Amino acid sequence: MGDNQLNASRRDALKTMFRGAGVLGLGGMAWGGVVDGLKASELALRPPGALAEKSFIKACVRCGSCVEACPYDALILATVDDHTAIGTPFFVPRETPCYMCTDVPCVPICPSGALDSELLKPSDPTEVSKEMDINTARMGVAVIDEEACLAFWGIQCDACYRACPLMGKAITLDFRRNDRTGKHALLEPHINRTACTGCGLCEHACVTEKPAVFVLPKELASGKVGNHYIKGWDKRDEKRLHELKEEQKKGSQSAEDYLNDLEDLIDE
Amino acid sequence: MWARNKYIVLRRIVQLSFLALFAAANLWGWKVLIGNYSTALVMETVYLSDPYMVLQTLAAGFILSADALIGALIILVFYALLAGRSFCSWVCPLNMVTDLAFWMRKKLSWRKKENIMLLGRNARYWILVLGLLLSAILGVAAFEMISPIGMMHRGVIFGFGMGWAVILMVFLFDLFVLENGWCGHLCPLGAFYSGISRFALIKVKHKAENCSNCNKCFPACHEPQVLGIIGKQSGYITSGACSSCGRCIEVCEDNALKFSINNYKKHRREL
Repeated sequence: MGDNQLNASRRDALKTMFRGAGVLGLGGMAWGGVVDGLKASELALRPPGALAEKSFIKACVRCGSCVEACPYDALILATVDDHTAIGTPFFVPRETPCYMCTDVPCVPICPSGALDSELLKPSDPTEVSKEMDINTARMGVAVIDEEACLAFWGIQCDACYRACPLMGKAITLDFRRNDRTGKHALLEPHINRTACTGCGLCEHACVTEKPAVFVLPKELASGKVGNHYIKGWDKRDEKRLHELKEEQKKGSQSAEDYLNDLEDLIDE
Repeated sequence: MWARNKYIVLRRIVQLSFLALFAAANLWGWKVLIGNYSTALVMETVYLSDPYMVLQTLAAGFILSADALIGALIILVFYALLAGRSFCSWVCPLNMVTDLAFWMRKKLSWRKKENIMLLGRNARYWILVLGLLLSAILGVAAFEMISPIGMMHRGVIFGFGMGWAVILMVFLFDLFVLENGWCGHLCPLGAFYSGISRFALIKVKHKAENCSNCNKCFPACHEPQVLGIIGKQSGYITSGACSSCGRCIEVCEDNALKFSINNYKKHRREL
């Protein structure tokens, strides 16, 4: 084989490799884009004891053991059209809520650790003998649309309050004067977010056409105050203020210097 | 008739039995096989896991529980040392779909060689690596998110949803675009089992003195590149890509092919 031929075949080989790498990159980007889109949805309500959504879709092996263990068939394994990571379990409370089995059969069967019984440790110290306490589950949080809630209209309805497995703790009824009639009371349901497990029994029980109370994933239904607000009346939170002051002292600069320091403001 | 169809009948029985046992666990609470092909609990004692799924999950940055890790190791050792790539043609439920496409192509005489330079039989190994890379980048098992195999078995066991459309896509791809396209060119799980199966014990044995060079085994084979020794020398079809489906044995009229245990000590020369 002459030098030219050798060079030509080497050039061909390089070209092929280059093309191959290009096709691989193209495929990888398409594949990655699809997967990134599929995992992005955060609307699914996960079984009790599930890790945070991001870790959960990482950890779940999509075996469906929890789905099979659920005695109420509340859990569904996501298919292509469910708009959540395919093959992962979720439930739709309006159809079948989580009935909060005290033995939580869906959790110990999980072979991957995506459902973790550690996250269901009893909060009550008198109950440490129990391995899991379903009341510590945080599958989501119930939210009330007061516009659509009959109780806020002044019609007596306590369907959600009665359905709540933590009646009086997760949902309370607050009495308020009905200004419209002037002589009746409004029995308004309120969600206590620190107690709500997100089981969705309220959503399932709600009598309106489209439920006025519904469960959302906690991440989706939560705001965030930010670190610069401190509860002055809370000793523990107040401590943060003192820690903050000490930190500032370290980088001591007089107020005047601080105000006249233009270093960060002028872009050079 | 039996000898000509022995393995295809056995394979369908094995494939459907696995599916039926999984489905029965969901429908009637049978305890023989709980879960699915991704991770299964066998007789309520031992977990078995898909090793490629476990690798993706590890790449995504999650250390699975010991149950799943040991389960993947058992499967890995079973196929690598004993059964070779037989998962693909004896267990995988999608095999029934791709076999149908292969059979239809044959009936329609569409056995033409396509220009497949960039989608050759090595593409699947790159896809395997790409799957692990994407898992690491995206923080989620990348192939499991789109796997038609997963859609197939979860579909049968738990309900398809629109998943059947993806299965249909694989079928149409195999039928109209590329012969044996999914299993032989794209599937990273098949590539994984091919990659670990080089030294499995169960292999197809060829007896060249019986061979009349009729070449019937080549068109029957889904990975014909593994049949290099046919008619030339006796020995084992050692390539990991051979899925031990037994089609070549069924079509052989010369008694030149059979399943056998490859004694690597004795045949070291042939490696």
